[in-house]
Amino acid sequence: MSSQESSEQSRDKAKNQPPAVLDLQAVSVLYSGKPAVKKVSCQILRNRITAIIGPSGCGKSTLLRSLNRMNDFVDGVSIEGKILFADQDLYGKGVDPVEVRRRIGMVFQKPNPFPKSIYNNIAWAPGINGYSGSMDELVERSLSQAALWEEVKDRLHESALNLSGGQQQRLCIARALAMEPQVLLMDEPCSALDPISTAHIEDLLFELKSRYTIVIVTHNMQQAARISDFTAFMEMGDLIEFGDTDQIFTRPLKKRTEEYVTGRFG
Amino acid sequence: MAFSTEQAQAQLQKRHRKSLYFARFCAFITWSSVFLLAVLLMQISIDGFGWLDWQFLDSFPSRFPERAGIKSALVGTLWLILMIAVISVPVGISAALYLEEFAGKGRLAKVIEVNVANLSGVPSIVYGILGLAIFVRFFALERSLVSGALTMSLLVLPTIIIASREAIKTVPMSIRYAALSLGATRWQTTWSHVLPASFPGIMTGVILALSRAIGETAPLIMIGALTFVAFLPQSPMDEFTALPIQIYNWVSRPQQEFHQLAAAGIIVLLIVLLLMNATAIYIRSKTEQRLK
Repeated sequence: MSSQESSEQSRDKAKNQPPAVLDLQAVSVLYSGKPAVKKVSCQILRNRITAIIGPSGCGKSTLLRSLNRMNDFVDGVSIEGKILFADQDLYGKGVDPVEVRRRIGMVFQKPNPFPKSIYNNIAWAPGINGYSGSMDELVERSLSQAALWEEVKDRLHESALNLSGGQQQRLCIARALAMEPQVLLMDEPCSALDPISTAHIEDLLFELKSRYTIVIVTHNMQQAARISDFTAFMEMGDLIEFGDTDQIFTRPLKKRTEEYVTGRFG
Repeated sequence: MAFSTEQAQAQLQKRHRKSLYFARFCAFITWSSVFLLAVLLMQISIDGFGWLDWQFLDSFPSRFPERAGIKSALVGTLWLILMIAVISVPVGISAALYLEEFAGKGRLAKVIEVNVANLSGVPSIVYGILGLAIFVRFFALERSLVSGALTMSLLVLPTIIIASREAIKTVPMSIRYAALSLGATRWQTTWSHVLPASFPGIMTGVILALSRAIGETAPLIMIGALTFVAFLPQSPMDEFTALPIQIYNWVSRPQQEFHQLAAAGIIVLLIVLLLMNATAIYIRSKTEQRLK
């Protein structure tokens, strides 16, 4: 690929860019005064997959959890800067964190289904949030979107804990999708899974892209390169580089990024 | 190699022997306490079994051993268990939930935590004095079932709180995060996920606490439960007696027959206890099955 071609490509992309769903403006996250994320600014675009990569302890999970206020449950955490979601600061006055989490869903590192039936895993959250449509339909739709319906449709009322790890993780994705969130945050969703289950989930993310905006933290650089449209590289709490995934992995602007993506450290 | 194979063999055999000795030692300790208990139960059964009949269960205490029965004490104890459970279980579980799920890690929570732990070690007679001063005198509840149940509730609350907290702690954080990330409030998370998942453990604590309560004598004597009751309590405000008090009363009589009556009373108390434990185990296995 010549450099001329690629610069044209990126100009094309810039023209057709979808709007930003989340706009991070100098976001810092501090643990009892000690910064874990330092002044990160970037935009998360709608219907795109944004990957956050970086070595362990670089603050990528912390940043992710600040996007739906899950950091509120960690003692001594404070946030500086702004995270705009639909033109409203997530940490602004009068913002209800429960409402934020309803609209920005999350999938965790280890599958964490409720110790209930498959059906109730999906139906619980819509139920408490006053969902009034047909619950059976919602359960089927969510499980289908997570590519799990065919495998579990005959045992919806069995315990979710009997599913395999990969199935449990897809159930957790389905559970998050049932709330029809605008953004789906994923914190290393494949790190506890075998390669086949991982491939399943990656395929799934491609499908979900058309309907959701996805931010995924991953340890696995190949995974980031395979699935994401944009990549953020973090180190020691700093956002070193943010850009088009192709560009980050083939022509990074910063030396540290190049060293990391080529496996020279980390 | 650093050591020869024969040496390794000898050393391995020595280690196996040590392991075997330790296992035997543990088995000995275990079985000797079981043996002591068996001897005790045998002794009581020999003494009391002959007296155990419908007449014994259905009669009030009497000066004449052959006419004496345990009806008022048994009914009093059943009343007590029920009232203690109604008072202490909701309060205890609520306190545990507050401390674990809502209080955070502030100084106040720490103070409460230390005090609860201390309270569980306070001798039961002290609770009796407290009950006498507060419930019997200050609130003028007299020597009623309510006074007894409230005093006993104070006594068992620390046990219930500590056991419930331990059970709540075993619920993985990931379950809470899962619920919260779906737009649930703290209370919805606690009610729908934390409480059901910790329920079996909480039940175990509750039953242990109630079992302790029905065996306690000192606080009841302190607040003035009667030792000779020839009527059944009709309401929580009535005077009462309980099984351990009746047993204590019979044991302190000089006549041999009353000692045998006491043994029969102990058997009844043990049966009540076993029934309670059986119920707890049943409920626990039922709820555990539902979770798996």
